[in-house]
Amino acid sequence: MSDLKLKLLNLMQEDCRIPLEKLSVMLGISMQETAEAIEEMEEDGTILRYRPVVNWDRINVNRVEAMIEVKVTPQRDMGFDAVASRIYRFDEVKSVYLMSGSYDLLVLVEAATLKELASFVSEKLSVLDTVTGTATSFVLKRYKQDGVIFEAAAKDHRLVVSP
Amino acid sequence: MSERFLSPRVTAVPPSGIRRFFDIAGTMKGAISLGVGEPDFVTPYHIRNAAMDSLLAGETQYTANRGLLSLRAEIAEYLTRRFDVSYDPETEILVTIGASEAIDLALRISIEPGDEVLVPDPGYVSYAPCVTFAGGTPVPLTTRAENGFRIDPEALEKAITPRTKALIFPYPNNPTGAVMRRQHLEALAPVIERHDLLVISDEIYAELTYEGAEHTSIAALPGFKDRTILINGFSKAFAMTGWRLGYACAPAALTAQMNKIHQYTIMCAPRQSQVAAEEALRTGRENGYKDILTMRDSYDQRRRLMVDAFTRMGLSCHTPEGAFYCFPSIQSTGLTSEEFCTRLLKTEKVVCVPGTAFGPSGEGHIRCCYATGLKQLTEAFLRIERFVWQLGVNK
Repeated sequence: MSDLKLKLLNLMQEDCRIPLEKLSVMLGISMQETAEAIEEMEEDGTILRYRPVVNWDRINVNRVEAMIEVKVTPQRDMGFDAVASRIYRFDEVKSVYLMSGSYDLLVLVEAATLKELASFVSEKLSVLDTVTGTATSFVLKRYKQDGVIFEAAAKDHRLVVSP
Repeated sequence: MSERFLSPRVTAVPPSGIRRFFDIAGTMKGAISLGVGEPDFVTPYHIRNAAMDSLLAGETQYTANRGLLSLRAEIAEYLTRRFDVSYDPETEILVTIGASEAIDLALRISIEPGDEVLVPDPGYVSYAPCVTFAGGTPVPLTTRAENGFRIDPEALEKAITPRTKALIFPYPNNPTGAVMRRQHLEALAPVIERHDLLVISDEIYAELTYEGAEHTSIAALPGFKDRTILINGFSKAFAMTGWRLGYACAPAALTAQMNKIHQYTIMCAPRQSQVAAEEALRTGRENGYKDILTMRDSYDQRRRLMVDAFTRMGLSCHTPEGAFYCFPSIQSTGLTSEEFCTRLLKTEKVVCVPGTAFGPSGEGHIRCCYATGLKQLTEAFLRIERFVWQLGVNK
């Protein structure tokens, strides 16, 4: 990956709505070059999607999240990738990671109610042949996600004017 | 009534123009400040952590007057690696309370009543008052936008009198962002040598240079170490302003005298700040100064954005090659710097510092710091543009 693309990604990770014009000024390249670099990354799957980081607690909506540690027996002709793909196809599943350590897959699940989530685990996840065990932990509060702190806005402690 | 106790040498010095502006701006809600003079980064975590560890380990005692030897050794190593100058940690380096103390010491060991000290104008607010407090006479050395706010040899030659003892040499420059590259230093060198001037080189912004304008220390010129007091610190490079830690490097004979004043007045710089500074340099040495480079990249991007914004709104702005300030000209508005900043603050709630706070030659300019979040910068540019546009209409 070129240094330019890396710098672009860093800026866009901070705020993906910085206008093209500004990005190009900041990086000292033309708008054309900037647009092309972004397009390339969109096409080759480096940039998958642009989404807001949402603090759902600010919205009155039913939403339960859980992290499920999943133990899996990899079977002949069916490695972790295949098991993972069985799991990530469920709409409730928002993220799936293959992990080192005492379990194999970490599955992040979202549902409207606790009941829905529970039934996902018991009726959809646990019943998969290769899943040998699950441990579900519910998210109680979100403090920071994707580098964004949720409640306490970073305070600028600097003097308004200094030499 | 108690005024009778005051020394005229002190009362004659006017309070900082920045201070007055602060008093107006400090009370205003919703103001965006481009008036700051420090990084918008917090000191990197590992540096803060080193200080906490030291505190928890009970390291709460004085250090050697000159500072921890291990820190001085790191400073020596750092200066050699980054700027190709070499100082003996034992005898040629003094750790101070910010570069500010080092400036004061450098002047106090060298200036006698009647001595003149050349101070670039516009320049950092403290130099001239410190010269006065030391008993000397500050003589402004005007730099101009046309020359990129660099000191040119003819102007220097003209400003020198038989009483001139020292030249304050603050590059990369606050407020102008000017950098004296090697070729500019070499052009000045013969003049400085011919008149046998002491150079007080404030290099606090040495790590913040852009567009390939790598910092060259004037102490690195052949023969110049002997006549230079090199001053640097941790505030700008490592985002450590509140830690108050800097250093002065000079030939042993000069360092010994600075240390004398330092030991009688200060004793030593705070230990935890020294520990943190040592961590900053040691880790930097090991990881190729990653902290600095990350911050510098970020300043550079915002620098380009700010120059572009001023140029678009019709305020000419020479491209700063160092520090984190733009110093655009507001002459086209027909206002003085002071009027411009006051009215901008009142109508649009944006804080900029009038160029005149940095000396009479700052008239016609304002200092704007780009070490501020992108969102705030963008909003500030919108407001300044609206303000400038309305000035044009109302003229």
